[in-house]
Amino acid sequence: MSDTTGYLDMELLRFTTAGSVDDGKSTLIGRLLYDSKAIFQDQMEAVEKASKRIGGEGEVNLALLTDGLRSEREQGITIDVAYRYFATPKRKFIIADTPGHIQYTRNMVTGASTANLAIILVDARHGLVEQTARHSFIASLLGIKHVIYCINKMDLVEYSQERYEEIKDQLDDFTSKLEINDIRYIPISALFGDNVVDRSKKMDWYGGSTLLYTLETVHIASDANHVDCRFPVQTVIRPQTTEFHDYRGYAGRVAGGVFKKGDEVIVLPSGFSSKIAKIDSFDGEIEEAFPPMSCTLLLEDDIDVSRGDMIVRVNNQPDVSQDHEMMVCWMSTRPLQLNGKYAVKHTSRSARCIIKEIRYKVDINSLHRLEDDKNIKMNDIARITIRTTVPLFTDRYQRNRNTGSIILIDESTNETVGAGMIL
Amino acid sequence: MKYNLTHLKELESEAIFIIREVVAQFDNPALLFSGGKDSIVCYHLAKKAFWPAKIPFPLVHVDTGHNFSETIAFRDSLVEKDGAELIVGSVQDSIDQGKVVEETGFNASRNGLQTVTLLETIEKHKFDACMGGARRDEEKARAKERFFSHRDEFGQWDPKNQRPELWNLFNGMKNFGENFRIFPISNWTEMDVWQYILHENIDLPSLYFSHERDVFIREGVIYSDGEFMPKRPEEKIEKRIVRFRTIGDMTCTGAVESPADDLAKIIEEVAATRTTERGTRSDDKRSEAAMEDRKKEGYF
Repeated sequence: MSDTTGYLDMELLRFTTAGSVDDGKSTLIGRLLYDSKAIFQDQMEAVEKASKRIGGEGEVNLALLTDGLRSEREQGITIDVAYRYFATPKRKFIIADTPGHIQYTRNMVTGASTANLAIILVDARHGLVEQTARHSFIASLLGIKHVIYCINKMDLVEYSQERYEEIKDQLDDFTSKLEINDIRYIPISALFGDNVVDRSKKMDWYGGSTLLYTLETVHIASDANHVDCRFPVQTVIRPQTTEFHDYRGYAGRVAGGVFKKGDEVIVLPSGFSSKIAKIDSFDGEIEEAFPPMSCTLLLEDDIDVSRGDMIVRVNNQPDVSQDHEMMVCWMSTRPLQLNGKYAVKHTSRSARCIIKEIRYKVDINSLHRLEDDKNIKMNDIARITIRTTVPLFTDRYQRNRNTGSIILIDESTNETVGAGMIL
Repeated sequence: MKYNLTHLKELESEAIFIIREVVAQFDNPALLFSGGKDSIVCYHLAKKAFWPAKIPFPLVHVDTGHNFSETIAFRDSLVEKDGAELIVGSVQDSIDQGKVVEETGFNASRNGLQTVTLLETIEKHKFDACMGGARRDEEKARAKERFFSHRDEFGQWDPKNQRPELWNLFNGMKNFGENFRIFPISNWTEMDVWQYILHENIDLPSLYFSHERDVFIREGVIYSDGEFMPKRPEEKIEKRIVRFRTIGDMTCTGAVESPADDLAKIIEEVAATRTTERGTRSDDKRSEAAMEDRKKEGYF
């Protein structure tokens, strides 16, 4: 490749990493960045310096590459989602690095919300533990299509195939209860680099791919919904200049399906129908618009369309309703209030809502429903129903993340307090 | 037909989405424009987001008074060409009004003073959202920054109390007097920016390309000679072939020796290089948490 043209067919893969406190997650990320040469010399020198100061065990502590804020470096833990970047000639990667502590479910939910893939670390000595179950459940709940279980610290179990198979069986059994289509297992040692970027010389029995190769090749092009056409209008473009006197474009980002010129569409909530006259952009007319493309739609008829409206196909419409049933992850220290009122954001639409019912809380370790526990605190996941002041145009979250996701906002603090996935 | 975007198209689409969201959610947004490549890319994306309409917000430049003349000339010609609105906040004015005290000595820099002038400019024009070209890959304190970064009425960033940012749902709700910093190209790397500039054929200040320049070396950093650059007796001016990887204020921006005089060569150089671009910035080296501290005070 020449570095100046190869980039034109690179794809973007967003993934999240989850593991318990000592699973070696930071070491794994450090290893991926280091072995794929995404670490620069001055960063490495800073880490070497810090390793010495904190008193690591002689070797450079790769985990330090990913600890960003001063308090994290001092405490040696990660307290917030951090985003990392690296690229190979095939793909560019965005890692949402999320902490593994019990109290940080909300961070994993945040990191998982934009990820195509999740890496879940499992300590080969401990196998499936409570946190593995929790991370797997969150990945499934957040609609992540691809999950890679990295059975880490294989060096501490003598690179035993038997131990690997045992853990794989445990996980197979457990994940059959979840909604994840593509599950893979890779035995690794993040510390020594086995099967991360380079194939392990100590695990000849493993015939699968290395982690990096898997990340480079996993098929993600069909992850987005290309069936149900959804175009939430962000803003209306009206240049009002002589050249573009009557131009009226609806700017937004395709949230589902494939739009083409001539398509018969209907605008929600007004119900007016029209045809797509043109799909426009700065770079010229677009033949087909699909997720996650930002573009501008022009309609044949002059109808009233504004922010918060949604343009959809006549024969494939979302649910239009004020009542919504959802799973919610609570993200605030102030508990969820039954009958409480919150602001909501859904696609480009804003509204207010009231919490009508708390059905149950999920025990995220056992996946049991706790029907009697309606006290929803920070990091809890619950099934609730809400009623919104205006209708929202929704699809099931598992069918379309863009039109199935919603956030709840505390109106007194303006903080985002809940992440909802519509059922 | 394959319905997928290249990584650059996906990043572009994300940034355009964010910029449109800013205009839809805020009353009085602005784009912080330094004349550096990242803010130039943001400006280009903003043009794309609203085309064929004009960009519905002004550009704000915080001028330390110690900028490279090439940067200022580039800024002025761009504004004139596109008929964009430009607002300049002057650090010199803040100094003259006694609001800040200038550092003294050989390593004196106005970089830190920018924060005061920036916050004043935001207050004066009542901007409720300031977009900037900061990227998460630049510096470790920025890796945890949100797209929509909430600032209290003092302009401060509280890294431990950031709003969770989920899916593509951005919460720009705020109380009176508070504002947001917004970073549309958060997810871009240095390489992405350069590839995009090449792909889109975006004009840049000449400083980014290899040229002969009068420079002097201080603690291993190559500084440009200039009237704001006091030199120690042992520091001698010499001519070298250099270019700049980042462009800040003259007093804190180092050059690199490089023969790269076009975009393709710069990209090859970036791909092969082993130091971060901020490695030439002395403002980040003042302590391990230098950027974190400045951000908390309101630096963008």
